[in-house]
Amino acid sequence: MLQDATARPLVRLSHVDKLFGNGTLALKDMNLDVGEHEFVSLLGPSGCGKSTALRLVAGLGEATAGTIEWPSRAGGKGLRDIGFVFQEPTLMPWATVFDNVYLPLRLQLVARGKAADEVAAVLAKVGLTGFEGAYPRELSGGMKMRVSIARALVTKPRLLLMDEPFAALDEITRFKLNNDLLELWRSQSWTVIFVTHSVYESVYLSNRIAVMAARPGRVVADLRIGAPYPRDDEFRTSTVYNDYCRQVSRSLGEAMRA
Amino acid sequence: MSVAVEQAVRPRDRSERIERIARTALPIAIGVVSIVIWDLVVRLNDLPHYILPAPGLVAKSLWNDWGTLYPALLVTLRITFLALAVAVIGGVGLAILFAQSKWIEISFFPYAVILQVTPIIAVAPLILIYVENTHIALLICAWIVAFFPILSNTTLGLNSADHNLINLFQLYGATRWQVLRYLRIPSAMPYFLGGLRIAGGLSLIGSVVAEFTAGSAGQGSGLAFRILEAGYRLNIPRMFAALILISATGIVIFLFFTAVSHLILRKWHESAVRREN
Repeated sequence: MLQDATARPLVRLSHVDKLFGNGTLALKDMNLDVGEHEFVSLLGPSGCGKSTALRLVAGLGEATAGTIEWPSRAGGKGLRDIGFVFQEPTLMPWATVFDNVYLPLRLQLVARGKAADEVAAVLAKVGLTGFEGAYPRELSGGMKMRVSIARALVTKPRLLLMDEPFAALDEITRFKLNNDLLELWRSQSWTVIFVTHSVYESVYLSNRIAVMAARPGRVVADLRIGAPYPRDDEFRTSTVYNDYCRQVSRSLGEAMRA
Repeated sequence: MSVAVEQAVRPRDRSERIERIARTALPIAIGVVSIVIWDLVVRLNDLPHYILPAPGLVAKSLWNDWGTLYPALLVTLRITFLALAVAVIGGVGLAILFAQSKWIEISFFPYAVILQVTPIIAVAPLILIYVENTHIALLICAWIVAFFPILSNTTLGLNSADHNLINLFQLYGATRWQVLRYLRIPSAMPYFLGGLRIAGGLSLIGSVVAEFTAGSAGQGSGLAFRILEAGYRLNIPRMFAALILISATGIVIFLFFTAVSHLILRKWHESAVRREN
């Protein structure tokens, strides 16, 4: 079904287990291949280990068993090529928008002057030109999330990991950010792994949905969303969209009974 | 529309202005009333000035004895600020050391607590015996009192960096130094400044208490010594005058660090941000 992806996946999780110190088995025999340029959603009920899987991919924590490989990378390590967006904007409140976005480059010892152009470019991409000097508390929730996305994109990552980034936003803002994110994804060459518990959001955004079951967390269904891009607000009301939503909901229902 | 807005805004503006005036006017009024009552108590009971001097006499003493009190104030101030400076360097340095390793913190923190909970007035005589230079002994006493709030607050602050931000730094391969410089120290700033405000007052208290214990005579004597001396001579007005100077110093130190804290945090921290609702 996904020949191109399985041929040369960007990242491959094979038989991954994750056992936390408190005895919780968050993941059990999780398998997932993510191909280059894919937009994959990890969809599942809360507590199914989707965030844990994302953190393992990011290198924040070690799998208890199994492997996470980067087949397309020489040496197998891809850490610096990853951008991560948390559920909360997770900005430094004492730093301006510029300094927040500059952070990943600063940590990689890029001089401030040299980074200025890239920061400006990425802020323009997320629609925040002119807000360089603002502090996070002066921004709305949606704008903070845009800063967070800009920060993840400033290093030009090949893989963008997003952990329910829009869950705390109101629907209007969420739809807008959904569209902007799709636009960015389509114009760039990155791969996205997007964690969500919303069927509608995952169908709208992804070209593939990995449905996860809880206790222990694992992938139970791998669905392709074949609807062509660009997708816009018209797509949200289309029959195709509704059919996919129904299909994914059914699959999620089965996962929750499993 | 604009009329309605004006009408809605005006009464609030007025109540805000009233509050702003009241903020300074009320405490001053209370102070004035207290002084008048004090004066009346002295006059009506015909109290002798060696029991309770009238406020006017205290003010006169403050003026007349300025030549004695001012050098003493400078001595006390020097010890206070030196002790505070060493407390800041020591407290922050130790806190940063603690933040590097849990084991260091576990090993040393109890001793910092012991240093803090042992009353300085009980330790001061020992320090005065073991340290020959009285000036340095006083400094040590004031430092012991002042450094703990800085240490404990800064330690708390360094450990309270947002967990997701720590993860983010990890993700980008930040070094220990980068995490400290760009994440832990800024996170600790409000806590440190809170500690500094407490420590400023405590270092004054520490230096005064130590001086009382030392009772050092002659040149280089601070305000506490002047109080003791005036007490021996039953010069109660001068005791009051010196006491007022110590109080005023404490207030100025507190206001100074409150202002410093506000200036540093005003851009981002909830404590310093004015919010309109």
